[in-house]
Amino acid sequence: MASGKRDMSGEVKDRGRHYFDDPKRWKRLIAILIVACAVVFALDIANPILYRLTGFELRHPERSWEGFPEFYAVYGFLAYTAIVYTAKLLRKGVMRDEDYYDR
Amino acid sequence: MIGSLPPAAVMILGALFVPLLRGRARTGWVLLLPVASLAALLSLGEGEFGQVSIFSYELTLVRIDGLSRIFGWLFHIAAFIGLIFARRGGSALEDTSALVYAGAAIGAVQAGDLITLFVFWELLALSSVFLVWARRTERSYRAGIRYLIVQVGSGVILLAGIIAHARATGSVAFDHMGTETLGGKLILLGIGIKAAFPLLHNWLTDAYPEATYSGAVFLSAFTTKVAVYTLARGYQGEDLLIWVGVVMTMFPIFYAVIENDLRRVLGYSMINQIGFMVCGVGIGTEMAMNGAVAHAFNDVLFKGLLFMSTGALLYRTGTTKCSELGGLYKSMPKTAGLCIVGAASISAFPLFSGFVSKSMVMAAALEQNLDFVWLFLLFASAGVLHHAGIKIPFYGFFGPDSGIRTKEAPTTMLIAMGMAAFLCVFNGAFPTLFLYPNLPYEVTYVPFTSAHVISQLQLLFFAVLAFVWLRLSDREPHELPSTNLDADWFYRRFGRSLALAAGGVASRLRDAVAARSVAAAGSAIGSARRYMGPTGVWGRTWPTGTNVIWVAILLLVFLLLYYASTPVASVPPLP
Repeated sequence: MASGKRDMSGEVKDRGRHYFDDPKRWKRLIAILIVACAVVFALDIANPILYRLTGFELRHPERSWEGFPEFYAVYGFLAYTAIVYTAKLLRKGVMRDEDYYDR
Repeated sequence: MIGSLPPAAVMILGALFVPLLRGRARTGWVLLLPVASLAALLSLGEGEFGQVSIFSYELTLVRIDGLSRIFGWLFHIAAFIGLIFARRGGSALEDTSALVYAGAAIGAVQAGDLITLFVFWELLALSSVFLVWARRTERSYRAGIRYLIVQVGSGVILLAGIIAHARATGSVAFDHMGTETLGGKLILLGIGIKAAFPLLHNWLTDAYPEATYSGAVFLSAFTTKVAVYTLARGYQGEDLLIWVGVVMTMFPIFYAVIENDLRRVLGYSMINQIGFMVCGVGIGTEMAMNGAVAHAFNDVLFKGLLFMSTGALLYRTGTTKCSELGGLYKSMPKTAGLCIVGAASISAFPLFSGFVSKSMVMAAALEQNLDFVWLFLLFASAGVLHHAGIKIPFYGFFGPDSGIRTKEAPTTMLIAMGMAAFLCVFNGAFPTLFLYPNLPYEVTYVPFTSAHVISQLQLLFFAVLAFVWLRLSDREPHELPSTNLDADWFYRRFGRSLALAAGGVASRLRDAVAARSVAAAGSAIGSARRYMGPTGVWGRTWPTGTNVIWVAILLLVFLLLYYASTPVASVPPLP
C-alpha cells in the first residue's frame, strides 16, 4: 500500500528508513485488523450460546432487526462500501477543475 | 475587579491591548485573558446578572445556568488551546480577532435576552472574518467577503425575527420560542444559517479552508457551536430539527469522500457532526439534549485537534491537499500520532470522546422509536469513519510518499494538540469525572456496556476492513485536484452569471435609451432652431403693414361667418 504512482522516492534519500517503508509492516497492521474483526465477529456468534448456557448476555438487542448476529458488522461494511460508491457517482456530476471559480 | 465585569468583556476589552504588546509579553497577556475570563465566570455562580432597561425592554446581559455554563467552559478551553497553537507565526491581528471572537461567543451563550444575543451574534461575524483575511491571499480575501455577507445576513434575519417576536409577545427574553410564530420562524432561519443547515451551509466549507492555519481552529470552535446553543435554548423538541439534523449528517459524508483539500473535508465533517447535535435538539428528551450538548463539547476538542494537525501540515508544507501530501509521518510523527487521537475520537472508538456523546443522541432516537433516524445516524457514523477517521490521517500523514520532507510541528503547536488530545481521551475514558456532571440534565446513560462496545467495534472494524479491501483493490476514489460543485454554485456561478447578464441587459437598455434621448433632443433643438431661430419663420421680424393685412383678413372672415350663421329674414339692419 505504501507504493503508489506518485511515489517520488527516487528523489528522496531516506527511503527504507521509515516504519511503513517496509510493506511487511502494512501487512502486519492488516493482520491485526483481521484478528480484531474476527474477535468481535466471534463474540456475536458466541452471545446466544452463552445466553442459553449461563443466562448472561453480552448484548441484548433493542429491536428485532438489530438482534441477528453480526448486524453491526454487515451494516458497517456495507455502509462504508455504499458511501464510497455513491461518492464516486456524485463525483461524476459535480467534479470540476480546481480553478473553476477563479476563472 | 474582574468579578464586576461580565465574563465576555474580559477578553473583548483585553484584546484591545494586544496590538501594543510583542513577543513574550503578548503571549503572557493573551493566555492570561481566557483564564481571567473563566475565573470571572466561575465566581458568578448560577443566576441572572447585569439587568439593564432600554426603551421599556428588560435586557439581561449575563444568565448562567446548566446549559450556558458548560458552553462557557467549552469556549474558554477552546480559546486557551487555540491561542497556544497560534503562538508560532500568529500575528497580532489574529490574536486580537480571536480574543474578540471568543469573547463574543461567550457573550452570546450567556445572553439572557434576544437583543444582547443579536449584538454578540454580529460581533461573532465581524471579529471572525479577520481570521480568514489574515491569510492575505486573493482567495482568502474573496472567501472572507462571501463569509461576511452570509454571516451579517444571518444577523439581519435574526434581527427581523426578534422584532416580529417582540411585537407579538411584548418580550425579548431568550427562552423557548418554537416555530409557530413568524418571529420564531425567522429567528430559526437566522440561526440555521450559522448552524450550516442544508443549502445554507456553504459559507463554512468555503471560508474555513481559506483561513490561516490557526484561524481555522478558532473558527471551528465558536460560530456553529453558538448556533447549536441557541437551537438548544429556543427550539428544544422541534420535530423539524430531527430531519434537518439527519440530512446534515448524511449529505456531507459523500462530499467529504471526494474532497481533495483536507481542511475542506473537515468543513464537511463539521456539518456532519452538527447534524448529530441538531437531531438531538430536535428529539428534545433529556437524554437527547445531554447528548447534543456533550457532543458539541467533544466536537470542539476533536475537531479542533484535527484542524490543528492539518494546520500544522499547512504551516510546515504549505498545503493541505491530499493530492500533494503523503508520507508526512516520516517528518512529523508526533503530529501524526495526535491526529490519530482526534480521528479515533470523532469516529467514536471506545475510550475516545465521541463514543460517550454521539451514542447518547442515538440511544435517545431509539428510545423515542425513531428507528429510521437511528439507522441513518448509524450510516452516517460509518461515513465519519471514512472521511475523518481514515482519510485525514491516512492521506495527510501516511499514504503514498509525496517526497516532502520537513520538520516536526513547533513545540507550542504540539503542546496545544497534546492538550486537546488529552481532553479527548479524558472525556472518552472518564466521562463521569467532568463531562456528565456538567450537562444540563442529570445523566442516567451508561456508555460502557458490553453491548455498546461490541456493536460499535463491529461497526468500526468492519468499516475499516471495507476501506482496506477497497484500497487494495484500487476501488477507493483517487485523490484528484478538483473543485466539487455544491449549493454555493448558485451564488458563485449561476447568480453571478445572472447578475452579469442582467447588468449587460441593463447597460444595453441604458445605452439605447440614452442614444434615443440624445437623438430626440437633438432633433427637437434642430426644429426649434429651424422655426424659431434667427432665420426661422417665427423668429423673423414682421413689418407693421403685414399685421394690418392679417387683421383685415380676420375681420372679413368674422363678418362672413356672422352672415352665414344668421337667417336672412332676421338679419337686423346694420346700425
